[in-house]
Amino acid sequence: MFDFLWRKKTASFTGGIILDGHKHVSKIITPPIAKELVYPLFLASNRYAKSCVKIGDYVKKGQVIATPDSPLSTPIHAASSGTITAIEKRLIAHPSGLAENCIILQTDGLETVLEAEPCLDYQQQNREFLREKIHLAGIVGLGGAAFPTAKKLNNSQPIHTLIINAAECEPYISCDESLAIRSAKNIIQGTLIIQHILQTARCIIAIEDSKPEAYAALLSAIKTTDIQIQKVPSIYPAGGEKQLIQAITGQKIPAQKLIFESGFICQNIATSFAIYQAIILGMPLTERVITVTGAGIKQAQNLQAKIGTPIKDLVQACQGYTNHAEQLIMGGPMMGIALASDDIAIIKTSNCLLIEPLKQADTQPCIRCGDCAEVCPSELLPQQLYWYSRSQEWDNCTDYQLADCIECGCCDVVCPSKIPLVQAFRIAKAEITQKHRQTEQAALAKERFENQQHRKLRIAQEKAQQLAKRKAAIEKMKAAAAQRKLN
Amino acid sequence: MQFPTSCSPFTPSNNSVQRIMFHVIAALLPAIAVQFWFFGFSILMQICLAIGTALLTEALCLTARKRDIVSALSDGSALLTALLIAIAIPSIAPWWVVITGTLFAILIAKHIYGGLGYNPFNPAMAAYVFLLISFPLQMTQWQSPFAFLDFSNAFQLIFSEQIAFDGTTSATVLDLTKTQLHLGQNLANIQQQALFGFIADKNRELINLAYLLGGLFLLHKKIIHWAIPTAVILGLLIPASIAYSIDNSLYSSPTFHLMAGATLCCAFFIATDPVTASSSKKGRLIYGLLIGSLIYCIRTWGGYPDAAAFAVLLANLSAPSIDYYLKGK
Repeated sequence: MFDFLWRKKTASFTGGIILDGHKHVSKIITPPIAKELVYPLFLASNRYAKSCVKIGDYVKKGQVIATPDSPLSTPIHAASSGTITAIEKRLIAHPSGLAENCIILQTDGLETVLEAEPCLDYQQQNREFLREKIHLAGIVGLGGAAFPTAKKLNNSQPIHTLIINAAECEPYISCDESLAIRSAKNIIQGTLIIQHILQTARCIIAIEDSKPEAYAALLSAIKTTDIQIQKVPSIYPAGGEKQLIQAITGQKIPAQKLIFESGFICQNIATSFAIYQAIILGMPLTERVITVTGAGIKQAQNLQAKIGTPIKDLVQACQGYTNHAEQLIMGGPMMGIALASDDIAIIKTSNCLLIEPLKQADTQPCIRCGDCAEVCPSELLPQQLYWYSRSQEWDNCTDYQLADCIECGCCDVVCPSKIPLVQAFRIAKAEITQKHRQTEQAALAKERFENQQHRKLRIAQEKAQQLAKRKAAIEKMKAAAAQRKLN
Repeated sequence: MQFPTSCSPFTPSNNSVQRIMFHVIAALLPAIAVQFWFFGFSILMQICLAIGTALLTEALCLTARKRDIVSALSDGSALLTALLIAIAIPSIAPWWVVITGTLFAILIAKHIYGGLGYNPFNPAMAAYVFLLISFPLQMTQWQSPFAFLDFSNAFQLIFSEQIAFDGTTSATVLDLTKTQLHLGQNLANIQQQALFGFIADKNRELINLAYLLGGLFLLHKKIIHWAIPTAVILGLLIPASIAYSIDNSLYSSPTFHLMAGATLCCAFFIATDPVTASSSKKGRLIYGLLIGSLIYCIRTWGGYPDAAAFAVLLANLSAPSIDYYLKGK
């Protein structure tokens, strides 16, 4: 009866907010091939790839140009044919505006393709073979995390439910939606491959209830399979892994627990499509659908873009900037990163380019209204965390479960005082990680020092013992000699 | 092309301190209108004096603290404090009372502690208590429900402290009930007196209904959370009902407690001040219950006829502890 008094409308997961969609679902347009493609060797966090081409090499479309450097790295493939002209430092798509070594490919526009190796009888193949094929195709999670898909599908624990994430809860982004409309059948094929690899009994496609066309396309594509499809409410962040699981199964994954520990796995719908391409068509991941949108772009649309294309070329394909082009965001308006230049190239996880006017607001003091806590999907107390991060009380931050913050930005959006909460939390998280590292190093150094002390002590003791032994032996000999003398 | 960079989210906030404050101010208007209808110009003069003092003091404090004056003045918080003081004190109190009170609220209760968001006590209530203790005479002479003051009468009364005609002042029913009960009177007899309306103060009970209306508007707009007002009212009604069912000749009815004095204004407009209230879900309930029950205790057994201001200040004091001990995992 008093439901209307609650701030939050009934949601199927904790917290969250309703945002304006701003989604313009368009046909997927193929832009002209860019003159230059740029491939950063930096993949994500501390993962790199190693260049396996030289300047002057001619490469075909689909050819490997960089190989993995570590177990969690993936290969990089050329998205078009052409000549390698440089391997040099360029700005990359990174929140800190890093410049990293990049392979520069001058395209020749011929699109000479490396021969593909399709595998149509995937059901007859073993899981290792398919995983290796996915790994060699360079597939990573296309939802944003960029975690190698082959590694994710190598589950050590049994997985009972596979969730294909088509929620796409961030405003403006519609690449997954238009992909689902265009290639629903292939997505389902990709999903069946994942299901085969994981041997999961249950597979659910989760999609927001605001996407009827994509829902209908997927629904007709799953007819002959046992895949289910389920709508989730259009509440941000419905696409967060834990939120999605809670929304469709009602099961709450506890904080600090990974979802696969509870038997779940989430794959983005675009990843599913990439797996279809890798297995059935034998094509590596070199292209993806990307939304180019915002008030700063003349024609908002979805593009079938080659990974490595500089942003300015994609903007050109959308008729260029308007007068409102004041900031460039890769990703959505809630969790994307602001880029400093449109010379930066798109990467595998780039799902959206948002060009918007700058919206600045003066920060006012916190009035402790508590709205942030109401919308937090991780059930944290952002207001409390904000005090502690500002006063650098890192232990209290940890106590209040800062680590569970998914940086979704809900708290920022509802804050009447316009406090940049997520920014404060990111800084606090970085500080805490730094501190942890320092403590670990200090502990290691202490251990080393103690070991050294022990060793020194032991050596000294051993020496003393030997000395004592020797002395005793000498004494004995002396005594024996004296005895002999006496005798 | 080059772009400036910043940190996500890039979606601007859909809420502002200004929006909250001005919604609360708007919600107070019906009650002010009703008071104007029954009591005349005195309330408007108090409001003007309070607002003038508040804005001036706020501007001076901000200058002294080297803060941006325009953005802080336009947030509406000083304006709201001024309004709350003006409607809380007797409408016929002399001009220097309201000016001193507002000065105290903005300077001592707000800016000494660090300004908006940092004050532990509700500035309006701190000022009210300060005035009540400092000027008990002026703070307990209420405008009689039978006295409508036109502009010149109100002006004379407030600025030159000359009573225009007899019967301008009277006690409130809470005061009356308290003193008469002390004299051994029966509640039923007390309530026969002319000062009583349907349930509580004649005419003032209608002002209180207007507060309720404003409060419901704030709930509907989701400016305030339902927990605190509900808990305040329950905290008052539960002990009142128990006492009333034990002896209804000695203890006033729960409806009387609800409609008399500052109950409804406090529940919807004072206790809900987010800065000084508990912010956790359970904390808000405890905080509200504390205020409600304190109001009842002070009204029934304390030395003051009404108690909202004392109850709120005491609850303000305990709010941080409530939140601290309720912190869950």
